[in-house]
Amino acid sequence: MAPKPPRKQSVGMGRGARKRDEDSGTEVGEGADEWTVSKAAVRPPDQLDLTDAELKEEFTRILTANNPHAPQNIVRYSFKEGTYKPIGFVNQLAVHFSQVGNLVPKDSDEGRRQHYRDELAAGSQESAKVVLSDAEIIEEDEEPKEAEVEAGSQSEIPVAEVAEKVTEEELVTPKQPKERKLTNQFNFSDRASQTLNHPLRGRECQMEPPPRTNFSATANQWEIYDAYVEELKKQEKTKEKEKTKTPVAKKTGKMALRKLTSMESQSDDITKVSQAAKIVERMVNQNTYDDVAQDFKYYEDAADEYRDQEGTLLPLWKFQNDKAKRLAVTALCDFMKQSRGMLLLYSLKNPSFPEYIFSSESGIMCLDIHVDHPYLVVVGHYDGNVAIYNLKKPQSQPSFRSSAKSGKHTDPVWQVKWQKDDMDHNLNFFSVSSDGRIVSWTLVKSELVHTDVIKLKVEGSTTEAPEGLQLHTVGCGTAFDFHKEIDYMFLVGTEEGKIYKCSKSYSSQFLDTYDAHNMAVDAVTWNRYHTKVFMSCSSDWTVKIWDHTIKTPMFIYDLNSAVGDVAWAPYSSTVFAAVTTDGKAHVFDLAINKYEAICNQPVVAKKKTKITHVEFNPIYPIIIVGDDRGHITCLKLSPNLRKMPKEKKGQEVQKGPAVEIAKLDKLLNLVREVKTKP
Amino acid sequence: MTEVEETLKRIQSHKGVIGTMVVNAEGIPIRTTLDNSTTVQYAGLLHQLTIKAKSTIRDIDPQNDLTFLRIRSKKHEIMVAPDKEYLLIVIQNPCE
Repeated sequence: MAPKPPRKQSVGMGRGARKRDEDSGTEVGEGADEWTVSKAAVRPPDQLDLTDAELKEEFTRILTANNPHAPQNIVRYSFKEGTYKPIGFVNQLAVHFSQVGNLVPKDSDEGRRQHYRDELAAGSQESAKVVLSDAEIIEEDEEPKEAEVEAGSQSEIPVAEVAEKVTEEELVTPKQPKERKLTNQFNFSDRASQTLNHPLRGRECQMEPPPRTNFSATANQWEIYDAYVEELKKQEKTKEKEKTKTPVAKKTGKMALRKLTSMESQSDDITKVSQAAKIVERMVNQNTYDDVAQDFKYYEDAADEYRDQEGTLLPLWKFQNDKAKRLAVTALCDFMKQSRGMLLLYSLKNPSFPEYIFSSESGIMCLDIHVDHPYLVVVGHYDGNVAIYNLKKPQSQPSFRSSAKSGKHTDPVWQVKWQKDDMDHNLNFFSVSSDGRIVSWTLVKSELVHTDVIKLKVEGSTTEAPEGLQLHTVGCGTAFDFHKEIDYMFLVGTEEGKIYKCSKSYSSQFLDTYDAHNMAVDAVTWNRYHTKVFMSCSSDWTVKIWDHTIKTPMFIYDLNSAVGDVAWAPYSSTVFAAVTTDGKAHVFDLAINKYEAICNQPVVAKKKTKITHVEFNPIYPIIIVGDDRGHITCLKLSPNLRKMPKEKKGQEVQKGPAVEIAKLDKLLNLVREVKTKP
Repeated sequence: MTEVEETLKRIQSHKGVIGTMVVNAEGIPIRTTLDNSTTVQYAGLLHQLTIKAKSTIRDIDPQNDLTFLRIRSKKHEIMVAPDKEYLLIVIQNPCE
């Protein structure tokens, strides 16, 4: 803009010069003149006239990229600094003209493609034009040729041929170009193709099947109950463990136990069925001895109704053991027997085989079962020892045994008896022997401690020896019995036939002495109801009943044979049984007949066998008798032998100990009256 | 010979006893005095019956338990004594 004026100036200058040329050379062609005119510049009227010097003057101007209209002092607020700040950089771009268009450059692909397309479309029309134009050209050519025909008519034929060709061509050319398909204006192509699909391949493999177990169970009420009980036990155990924490020793002990049990279970032993075997044995026995069992429970001798007062004994079971054959029964207690060195415990439920067997070297003379601890059996041996067997322990050795050191008897022990536990709750029992001592044994922890209670001396034992020597003959105790109510009082029967009433507290003196028998006293026993009455039997064939306050017997019975044993019945104060060596059992009921036995019956098979002992069953109406061959027979008392006082109409039958005492008292009073009268 | 074996022997020697067998908890006979097929039959059947009987007793009163089972038939009496792990079965002819 700024440099333009000088240029114009120069143009103007040039034109001025040409004008001068026009003026000068008019002979130059017309065309030349036209050119100059068109080149002459139009001068604006207000153009400055400058001098040459002015025109020659140079002005230097530099083009810069800065936009002269761009603002130079823009400020913006900076929040960071809290002030307005000038901005140094300003956009210098200025746009003078812009237009959006759809021009396509010729050189681009798009342009070339369009061009090519246009050519294609145009080409088909042009070819037709070309043909047309050719025909015209030929027509134009004919005229000179006709002229030549005039010259020589020979050439007419080829011309006609040409004309024909042309018409033919004209017939062919009117072909129109095909209607073109519209092109895709968005220029994309839809093309589907499919890749190769991999063929499906199946592959299987099999692993070892996991182990399976079938489990089925039913949940019954009792199974649930069992589970709870087990859980409770577990809890208790854990509690106990917490209480007593001695872990190592206990654990090892338990482990050992567990091992033991596992070992046991491994060796498929049938020892576990021992309980079951016992039950079955009893049942088999019950079947075998079914008739006997029925008799035991239900048989009542119908003949008793016709017999007035007498009764019978019905033999039931027989107990015997091959091993114990030919060994005398020396003691009976409820339902057990003993023999030489053998302690056999039977149950009525199994008559064929003893429940327990204990054997010892020395003969067992007597035994007693503890009232409160029925598993404890004390026995007295022939060699003077006493021993305690515990039935709960399976070994055949006694749990406790006296020895020569610990004050055993020097002669056979004839009777033993458990006592009530002493003040320290130690078990204790008494024993009597023919060495004349009565000894109290106390079980302290695991030892038998003995104390002599009394020494038996024959009354007036100073026999008149020829030289005036005084010999102390010792009384031989053979039997004793403790008073049922008065603890300290007891009776001792001796070999000499005397019975002493003694007290535990006086060891030197007897409370009383009875000249009872002429021969050895075999048994003494207190009445179970009447506290004053006791009974004794002896080898001198007699059984005597005493009131312990009176020195003479109340009743005397002669049984015509040595009496082995007597026993009071548990159900009546007036009934007792006695056995004699001739194999007979005698049952008395004083209330019915105070002179004779109401039953008198041989109970052993062979005449020679001697009956040595008798005992009532505390519950059932049966007695057991033992003989010297090792047999034990169980007998049932017929109804007459256990007759209770007859019922009177409108009067209730009284029962109980008081009645029994009164019954016996009445009898005794009768006797007393008889005695006192004369 | 253990005490149990003695007992079993005694049972077997009783008159009328036809056979004894010990059966374990699964009903498999362990010991028997009868021939094989009879034993297996008895064991299998009585085992089931005993379990059922026990279940009945326990269902009525969980604190109760079956101790013995005897079956009286025209010909025999079958006695079953269940223990913790075993059954003892005895067959007896009581009329003999």
